[in-house]
Amino acid sequence: MIDLLLNYPIVSALVALSGMSLFFGAVLGFAAVKFKVEGDPLVERIDKLLPQTQCGQCGYPGCRPYAEAIAAGDTINKCPPGGQSTINHLADLLGVAAPSLDAEHGEASTVKKVAFIREDECIGCTKCIQACPVDAIVGAAKQMHTVVADECTGCDLCVEPCPVDCIDMIPVATGLKEWGWQMPKPALGNTIIASDRDTREQAA
Amino acid sequence: MRKIWDIHGGVHPPENKQQSLVEPLGTIALAPELVLPLNQHIGNPALPVVGVGQAVLKGQLVADAQGIFSACVHAPTSGEIIAIEDRPIAHPSGLTAPCIVLRPDGLENWIPLEPCEDPSSLDHFTLVEKIRKAGLAGLGGAGFPTAVKLNPRSTDRVETLILNGTECEPYITADDRLMRDFATEVIQGALLLARIVGQPKEILLGIEDNKPEAIHALQEAAKGSAVEVVVFPTKYPSGGEKQLIQILTGKEVPSGKLPAQIGVLVQNVGTAYAAWRAVRYGEPLIERITTVVGEALKTQRNIRVPLGTPVAHVLAQHGFEARLCARVIIGGPMMGYSIDDLRVPVVKTSNCIMVPSHVEMPPAPPAQACIRCGMCAEACPASLLPQQLYWYAQAEDFERAQSHNLFDCIECGACSFVCPSAIPLVQYYRAAKTTIRRQEAEKQKSDRARERFEQRKERIARAEAEKEAKRLARKQAADVAKARLEEQRSTGAAHSSATASSTPPPLEESGQQSAVQIVQPPTDVSPTPEDAEQLGKKLARQLESAQGRVTHVQQQLAEATDAARLEMLRAQLKQAELKLEEARRKQDEFARGISAPLEQRLERVAQKVQLSPLEAQRNAVAVLEKRLAVAVEKMHEAEREQKATLSALTQGVVKLQAKVDEAKADLLRLEQESPATPPAAQDAAMAAIARAQAKAVAAANRSPEEKDAEQLQSVRARVEKARAKLAEAEASGSDHVPALRAGLKKLESRLFDLETHLKESETPSKELDTRLQGPGPHT
Repeated sequence: MIDLLLNYPIVSALVALSGMSLFFGAVLGFAAVKFKVEGDPLVERIDKLLPQTQCGQCGYPGCRPYAEAIAAGDTINKCPPGGQSTINHLADLLGVAAPSLDAEHGEASTVKKVAFIREDECIGCTKCIQACPVDAIVGAAKQMHTVVADECTGCDLCVEPCPVDCIDMIPVATGLKEWGWQMPKPALGNTIIASDRDTREQAA
Repeated sequence: MRKIWDIHGGVHPPENKQQSLVEPLGTIALAPELVLPLNQHIGNPALPVVGVGQAVLKGQLVADAQGIFSACVHAPTSGEIIAIEDRPIAHPSGLTAPCIVLRPDGLENWIPLEPCEDPSSLDHFTLVEKIRKAGLAGLGGAGFPTAVKLNPRSTDRVETLILNGTECEPYITADDRLMRDFATEVIQGALLLARIVGQPKEILLGIEDNKPEAIHALQEAAKGSAVEVVVFPTKYPSGGEKQLIQILTGKEVPSGKLPAQIGVLVQNVGTAYAAWRAVRYGEPLIERITTVVGEALKTQRNIRVPLGTPVAHVLAQHGFEARLCARVIIGGPMMGYSIDDLRVPVVKTSNCIMVPSHVEMPPAPPAQACIRCGMCAEACPASLLPQQLYWYAQAEDFERAQSHNLFDCIECGACSFVCPSAIPLVQYYRAAKTTIRRQEAEKQKSDRARERFEQRKERIARAEAEKEAKRLARKQAADVAKARLEEQRSTGAAHSSATASSTPPPLEESGQQSAVQIVQPPTDVSPTPEDAEQLGKKLARQLESAQGRVTHVQQQLAEATDAARLEMLRAQLKQAELKLEEARRKQDEFARGISAPLEQRLERVAQKVQLSPLEAQRNAVAVLEKRLAVAVEKMHEAEREQKATLSALTQGVVKLQAKVDEAKADLLRLEQESPATPPAAQDAAMAAIARAQAKAVAAANRSPEEKDAEQLQSVRARVEKARAKLAEAEASGSDHVPALRAGLKKLESRLFDLETHLKESETPSKELDTRLQGPGPHT
């Protein structure tokens, strides 16, 4: 056998190559089974960036389905609650240029809103409770319902099913805790030059 | 002389401290209305404890601290609470916040105070509680509740207490005035705070060299005490907490950590003074020293002002000329903020009200492009890269801004001050910080929303699955019921087939078939008594139904007139009669078959009776063992297949085992007895045989119920006897009481078993009787 291999270098090369390929094939096959990645990590990461309002404005039944759709190649500009910042983050993650929001799916609202039930008008039909994707409405049949404002994502899915139209979307009250400094108006850039300052001062 | 360290960066803005120091510390007339915000500190707003219309005394608690991170609010003067409502407060947002509004009565009636002559006699907790009750919050500007700061985590031991008398911001001289006028109290306060935090190694009072008079006063006051007054060169912003620590100790507070974690505690000199007043005289924090300064005023000075006094009132007392005023600033020119509404009150943190003229503080020039000069980086006391932060903030690249330590920025404004392009850098950082915090809050909220959404989905799926399972179970049950109904209908049709003349043949056929099936005697297997009973019942039913059918057809035959129908009915009758015949035959056969085993049994009993008691016992043991073996096998099987009957089987096995043991014991006893007394035993044995024979005969004639009843009787008698014995033993105080009691218990349980068993066996047998006697219900 050894003689054969020594005498016929081609045979020995073939044997060596096929042996190596078998070995590495076995290693790779083992690794593929042993270190199998569960689920799609990309979907997880996209889902983390979405605002989780579960509003369905993108046309998918919730944020995760939309995340799956994005991972499968859907456009990233279908999320009005997330607005441009979500689109930017998604673009960053996926390494694409950030498009502007697709107006077809609604407009980004600058104010955060929460649902509010006018409680004396509520007839206790539980329709809004069933519609709420995050269980933020409490109540029982024929009992008054109310919205847990802290848990409400402002998706307005409860407004449509209400038979007596007693649900309003009201802007979240901004108290001192919510207040924050605004960005200054952008610098004028090159529209003035340093010497302009002096002339203005002189004029004043 | 102590070694002084230097901090990175820093600037030297015009100090402008002289104008407010010319006049001595003043007081002003009481405002017609005092507005006390519930949140004058960092943390939870205080909770009002007074009602509208209530009269309060000076120093009375009007709002209590809510939780640990909070501070109390007290009435700065006596008067009446006229409102608890939202009022504009001193805040850059210009927003309103809940406030207690007090109308002073001018009497200045104090509530009784609790002075303490010797604070050193009090322990840590009492002192901290006194400070907490006095509503102290950091008077330097941040308003951190002092009581919280004085209660550091047990792991953080304070080694250096630093009193901050730096006051590096231009224009402000409130602390300078305080240190000049109340140096002794400040030093006393320092010693008190040191006592509270457990006597640190060093007590330092840091002060910039631009306050020579204050330095002199303090050094005089501190002579002979543990407090060391440390003077260092003036530079903005040396008064920042972390900067001061670095200047005095050379230690840097790590990013994101608290000074307490490196063993340092910093308190403002004003806070030390207030703490001393609170502990020594029991005075709550109801006034502070504030600098009123600016060219729009006739008088510029420091005043003691009751908290809650509206800024407009303070300014009016100093000859304020609105037309000269560029803007009203709370705090200094570097870190202060302007307010629009002059009704805002002076609060615990307001150290300066500044009303500069247009010349004194011209409007900020328009910002120009960043030229990357790097002056901001040189000026930054926190060693950050302001221009980079600016770019990232502008591009909203908050991640990178954070990685450039945006949150270490102390917002001192040194970078904006040096910026040749006049970029409002600090505002960018503040906005970026706000946005990042907001995003984080939103992220937390969205995480919670996701969790809730997923849990809801899960819940719905679970409910759906349960519903589906229930539906399936119902469907299966319905199928089974249907099948049973079908079967019943096919057997029951035998009864009614004669009446339904339109469809008799198939029904007749099926009826016949089933009858044949049932009547077929099970020849290959010898029937157990239960089987035989059932079979007997079935046969009786069959016979009955056949008879019923015959009579029915006969009736119909009598009523019928049609010839063809007559013919058909006659044929039916014949068939029915044949069936009846067959059923009778089977019944007879069955009766004979059932009697045979009975005879056999009797024979066996007779055989048994003739055996000696020893042998009988042996046989009994053998039989019992066999039964036990079978039962155990069954139990194992059940265990393997996880049957529901497992527990019942296990119980059976246990009982059987007990019986076997009992029988074996009897056997042993008999074996011992028999050789010892052979002749007597012979007679006794004969007598026993005779008795047993009689018994066996009686037993053979008796029903199992009677047997059970007899057994019950005997057990009852035994229980009675055992009870009597127990009573006797108890009366005499014998040692056997527990044993007897256990025995009694056993007997009683057996009695109970027997009783229930008897009851159980009674009910079905009665049913059986009625069935055999009359026309019973169909199964």
